[in-house]
Amino acid sequence: MILVFVEKREGKIKKASLEALAEASRCAEELNSEAAALVVASTLEDEASLRAQGARKIYWLKGENLEAYSPEIYTHVLADFSNEIKPEALFLAATALGRDLAPRLAARLRVSLVSDCTKIFVQDRSLIFVRPVYAGKAWLTLKLKSQPALATLRPNIFPLKEAKGELSAGEAEIIEKRAGDGYSGPASKVVEIIREEGAELDVTEAEVVISGGRGMKASENFNLLRELSAIIPRSAVGASRAAVDSGWIGHQHQVGQTGKTACPNLYLAFGISGSIQHLAGMSGSKVIVAVNKDPEAPIFKVADLGVVGDLFEIIPPLKEELKKALAD
Amino acid sequence: MNILVFVKRVPDTESKIRIAADGKGIVEEGLNFIISPYDEYAVEEALRLREAKGGKVTVVSVGREEALLILRKCLAMGADEAILIKDPAPESFDGLRTAAIIASFVRKRFPDFDLLLFGKQSFGADNAQVPAMVAEFLGVPQVNVVVKLTIEGREGVAHREIEGAQEKVVFTLPAVISAQKGLNEPRYETLKGIMAAKRKEIPIISIEELGIEEQLLAPGIEILKLETPPAKQAGRMIQLPPEEAAREIVRFLREEAKIL
Repeated sequence: MILVFVEKREGKIKKASLEALAEASRCAEELNSEAAALVVASTLEDEASLRAQGARKIYWLKGENLEAYSPEIYTHVLADFSNEIKPEALFLAATALGRDLAPRLAARLRVSLVSDCTKIFVQDRSLIFVRPVYAGKAWLTLKLKSQPALATLRPNIFPLKEAKGELSAGEAEIIEKRAGDGYSGPASKVVEIIREEGAELDVTEAEVVISGGRGMKASENFNLLRELSAIIPRSAVGASRAAVDSGWIGHQHQVGQTGKTACPNLYLAFGISGSIQHLAGMSGSKVIVAVNKDPEAPIFKVADLGVVGDLFEIIPPLKEELKKALAD
Repeated sequence: MNILVFVKRVPDTESKIRIAADGKGIVEEGLNFIISPYDEYAVEEALRLREAKGGKVTVVSVGREEALLILRKCLAMGADEAILIKDPAPESFDGLRTAAIIASFVRKRFPDFDLLLFGKQSFGADNAQVPAMVAEFLGVPQVNVVVKLTIEGREGVAHREIEGAQEKVVFTLPAVISAQKGLNEPRYETLKGIMAAKRKEIPIISIEELGIEEQLLAPGIEILKLETPPAKQAGRMIQLPPEEAAREIVRFLREEAKIL
């Protein structure tokens, strides 16, 4: 069995978890095995989406200590559960939570972990993982020697299964279990979530990233990108290191080697020259459109469409054209 | 406070990475090596905590003797002591092995630690595994990807970065914290610091001395292949009046990229 930890935020299943489940289901098929979902939550909604992505079993853990995420308590519960059902592999989405929880769980299970993988395939009945290293300047192909094969899967890489009507979603048994009651070990505790206004989506999970660099010239000009983001569904505003270090926008928006890796369907780069560090963090994007005054800017080497021009002149009409196009 | 900071020697982030002939590692010749960028935030935070609350900052690296150079840099920044855990192994991309080494070291040499600080991930392996694994091995709480940290007595409050938000997390010492950019602005070494660091002795200890279980030292990852990704082909370039350029972008997204 390939078990997938399903993450919920504010009662909603994370898309990246569904992607991991879809991939688990594809791998399980080749291994003549099955995919199962593990949900830790007080209520189980949307279980249809888990079935649609290939879960043949849904394990539902609940308990008074599991209401809010704590890496220590979740590790305790997941390790016990894994030891009980002994899956051949255990996948998590490489979200903030997954990247926090998976290594702690690996240490508890005493297995190695492959982080942030971007491709998984089966060879001689073994799972083979591919992941970027050196900030994407190299790809590493590897095999894990221990079981369960523990991996986190990068969001926005693995495709969801297309819905083919209700019949395609198979049956899934739901197994309910209490867990974590009476836990008394060390525990860090989230007491508050501080949101950034107008930044619901992170650059790592957005389908469209609208990024600005040195050419943005000033902090207030990032509002131009925020306005574009308000028009484009599932988009987020990104930035180059130059813009972040100039203090124009928070570092949580930084894409590139000392920032985040973004692999959206569309990366729109405005006034970004394209340093090697920045390219490392975004060249995995499916489509790249760059606007820059300098025709020699290195960003044009990776752009599918390179637009030589002044971003301040191009953004206003672009906003109108996008509005029209998206209204159709 | 008894604070330990763990730092790693990595290729400069501006380097071009070339793959070694065996296809399982990188060519180190000609590369410039630095302290992994996020580790500098961890060192700076340790120094600030010591300045505010007193105590000692010990900087530790696991790696080859070349790592002495980055340890000297940390001493020059103001760390009290540095220790090298000598590990001749090449990059294994396996966080579990490194975490087992560090956990054994802390148990043996620093059982009364208050805080272990790390960078949120090292450049290269890009794993972001070791801090949480060490926390688990030692049975202490963890807060990763931290952009703000305050400690009062035995209680800590850390702001941790998540998607589009920050989590405010409370924990008790001893604990493991990993640093994210934004936590602070690392200081430069002073000339005085550099001179003092040159004279300091850096003890080197071997992995054998730490008595780590064989099972945890054996690599859990089999490297099959390391390769450079296929180069992305440059597309089309246009230079048009703004309105036409805007229309062309939207047309391209719709008709060619089929995104809108």
